Amino acid sequence: MIRPDAPVLLDIRDLQAAVEDQPILKGVNLTIRAGEIHAVMGRNGSGKSTLSKVLAGHPAYTVTGGRVLYKGENLLEFDPEQRACIGLFLGFQYPVEIPGVSNLEFLRVATNARRAEQGFEELDTFAFEDLVRERLAVVQMDPAFLERSVNEGFSGGEKKRNEILQMALLEPLVAILDETDSGLDIDALRIVAGGVNQLASPDNATLLITHYQRLLDLITPDHVHVMAAGRILRSGGKELALELERTGYDWVDQELDRLAAGGQEAGRTPVEVG
Amino acid sequence: MVATPTAPTSTGRAGAGDAAWLATLAGAPLPSRRQEDWRFTDLKALTALEPQMITPADPLAAVDLPAGLERLSSSSAAPWLGQALAATASAEHWPVLLNSGASAAQACPLLALRVFGAAGSLDLHLDAGSTAGLATFRLLLVLEPGSSLELLLRPSSSGPNALSLVSEVILAPGAELKLGSLAFGTEESCLFQHTAVVQAAGSRLDHTAVAGGWGLARLEPRILQRDGQAFSRLRGLQVCRGAELADTHTWVRFDGPEGELDQLHKAVADDQARSVFNGAVRVPRAAQRTNAAQLSRSLLLSDRARIDTKPELEIVADDVKCAHGATVSRLQSEELFYLRSRGIASDQAAQLLQRAFCEEVLRDLPAAAASHGPLLTLLGRA
Ligand SMILES: Nc1ncnc2c1ncn2[C@@H]1O[C@H](COP(=O)(O)OP(=O)(O)OP(=O)(O)O)[C@@H](O)[C@H]1O
Ligand SMILES: [Mg+2]
Repeated sequence: MIRPDAPVLLDIRDLQAAVEDQPILKGVNLTIRAGEIHAVMGRNGSGKSTLSKVLAGHPAYTVTGGRVLYKGENLLEFDPEQRACIGLFLGFQYPVEIPGVSNLEFLRVATNARRAEQGFEELDTFAFEDLVRERLAVVQMDPAFLERSVNEGFSGGEKKRNEILQMALLEPLVAILDETDSGLDIDALRIVAGGVNQLASPDNATLLITHYQRLLDLITPDHVHVMAAGRILRSGGKELALELERTGYDWVDQELDRLAAGGQEAGRTPVEVG
Repeated sequence: MVATPTAPTSTGRAGAGDAAWLATLAGAPLPSRRQEDWRFTDLKALTALEPQMITPADPLAAVDLPAGLERLSSSSAAPWLGQALAATASAEHWPVLLNSGASAAQACPLLALRVFGAAGSLDLHLDAGSTAGLATFRLLLVLEPGSSLELLLRPSSSGPNALSLVSEVILAPGAELKLGSLAFGTEESCLFQHTAVVQAAGSRLDHTAVAGGWGLARLEPRILQRDGQAFSRLRGLQVCRGAELADTHTWVRFDGPEGELDQLHKAVADDQARSVFNGAVRVPRAAQRTNAAQLSRSLLLSDRARIDTKPELEIVADDVKCAHGATVSRLQSEELFYLRSRGIASDQAAQLLQRAFCEEVLRDLPAAAASHGPLLTLLGRA
C-alpha cells in the first residue's frame, strides 16, 4: 500500500559496506514507508544478503559510508539486539542451528526482550505458551517444533517457517525476509506468504529479498528493486519483476558498463522505470 | 567440624606456603611439573594451605540408607580396600598416597557400602566446609552380581581447604552403577578426586563428573574392564574462570575382549583459567573387538585462558574400533548473532550458548542433581 504521506520507517542513503576491506555495498539508496512492501531482486552475489545483514548489525561487516535512519534515528549506532528490540527483523537466508538451546525458550526470551522495549509486561512460561500456540497457526507449524533445539535438524522449509513464527511473535515494524521462499514446497510457500500478508499492516513494512516471481504472485510488492554489484540499479513497480522474468539480467552488464564509463556518481541514483 | 593442627614435621615448623607437611602425610614429595602427568598443573593453591586436618562430618550419618544396600564396618570393608586402586595401577599416585596418609593420621569417615539388590538412589554431601586445612574422605562401593545403584556425590568446599576423595568401586557381573559427582568449590579450595573402578564382564558403569569453581581441581577417574565385555560411559564437565585450574586425567583399560567405552569430556575456560584434559585408553592384545570412542570438546571464552587437551590411545589389539576427537572452539559467532538479531543481549546470548554446552553433560547426572541447581552454580546465573 503506497501512501506518499505515510511516515518513513527506513531511509537508506548511499550505504557502503565492506567485509575485511573488500567493498561489497557500493552506495545503496532505498526509502521504505509504513504500509509498503518492497522486493529486492538481483543476481547471486549482488549484495542482497549483505544489505540485510548490515541493516541487522552483523559484526562481520563494516559500514564505510552513507547512513541509515530508522524512524528518524541513526540505526547504525544500535547493537543488533537493540535493533531487534525497536522493531527491525531479519528473516535469515540460512537460519543457523543452535544445538542445546530450546526453541521454546529462545522464542520466549526473544519475545520478552521485544515486549520490554514496547513497555509490555514480561510473559511467564504459561502466558507465553498460549501466545506461541496462537502464533503457530500463522505458519501452520506443528507444536512439536517448540520442544526441539533451535533449528536443529529442521528441514530447509521448516527453518523458514520458524523464521516467520519468530516474526509473528516479535511483531516487527520493518521485516526483511531474505529468500524466505527458497526451500519451501508449493503448499508451504502459500502458507508462509499467507502469514506474511496477515502480518503486514498500514503501520509496518516488509522488504522481501527473492529470486522468483512466484512469491510476488502471492505477496504483491509496491516497489521492486534490482541490485547489482552492491547498489540498486533499477527500481520500479510490481511489473519490473515480471519484466525480469522475461528478460533475465543481461541488461545489468550493459548498465554497469555504462555506469563505469559515465563515472561513479550516476550509479548511486536509482533509475526509475515503468 | 573439628580442626587439629598437625605436629611440626621433621623438616621444621610447618606453616602456610610450606608443603612439607603434605609430603610427610603422603610419605612422598609433592608431584613436580617435570612429571608428564603434572606438567600443566600448578599446585600453588595446595601449597598455600594451612597445615591442619579437618575432621568432616560423616555424610552417611545424615541419610537413610535405601533397601538393597548396607554400610560395611571398617573390618568388613578391609578385604576389599585397595583392590580397585591396585587394579587401576594408582595405589602409588600422589593424591592417593596423600589420602591414605591423611586417613591413617586422623579419623576420617570410611563410606563403605555393599549393594546387593536394586538399591535405588542415594545423594551424599561430602563437605570440607569453610575451615582451613585438609579434609579427607574415602568411599568404597561393592556391587554384587545383578545389583544396581544410582549415587550422587557432592564434594564441596566453602573455604581455604583441600578436599581429598578417593573412591574405590567394584562391579560384579551384571552390576549397574550410575555414579555422578557434582563438585563445587571456591577460588581458595582444592579438590583431589580419584575414582578407581574395576568392572567385571556384563557390568555397566555410567560415570558423570562435574566440577566448577575450584582454585585447583584434579579429577582422575580410572577404570579397568577386568575381562572386557563391559560397558563404560564416561561424562565429564569442568568449568573454570578467574585464576582457576581444572585438570582431568582419565584412564580406561580393557583386559579382555568386546569392551565398550563411550566418553565425552567437556571444558569451559574463561578469564585466565586453565583447563587440562588427558584421556588415556589402553587396549592390549587381549582386548580384541573393543569399541571405544572418546571425544573432548572445549569452549574457550577468553584470550588469556588456556586449554590443553590430549587423547592418549595405546592400542595393541588389531581388531578394534577406537575413535577419538578433540575440539577447542569459541562461542560460534553466527549463533551469537542469530540470538542477538532476535533482541537477546550479547551477554545473555553467550549465557544461553554456554548453558547449552554444559547441559549436554549435566543431563547425564543422577536425577537428584537437578535440585542442587548445577547450572546456576556453574555459570553464575540461569
Ligand atoms: N562475510 C563475508 N566474507 C567474504 N565475502 C563475503 C561475505 N559476505 C558477503 N561476501 C561476498 O559479497 C558478495 C555479496 O554476497 P551476498 O551474500 O550479499 O549476495 P546475495 O545477493 O545475497 O546472493 P544470493 O542471491 O546468492 O543469496 C558475494 O561476492 C559474497 O561472496
Ligand atoms: Mg543472499
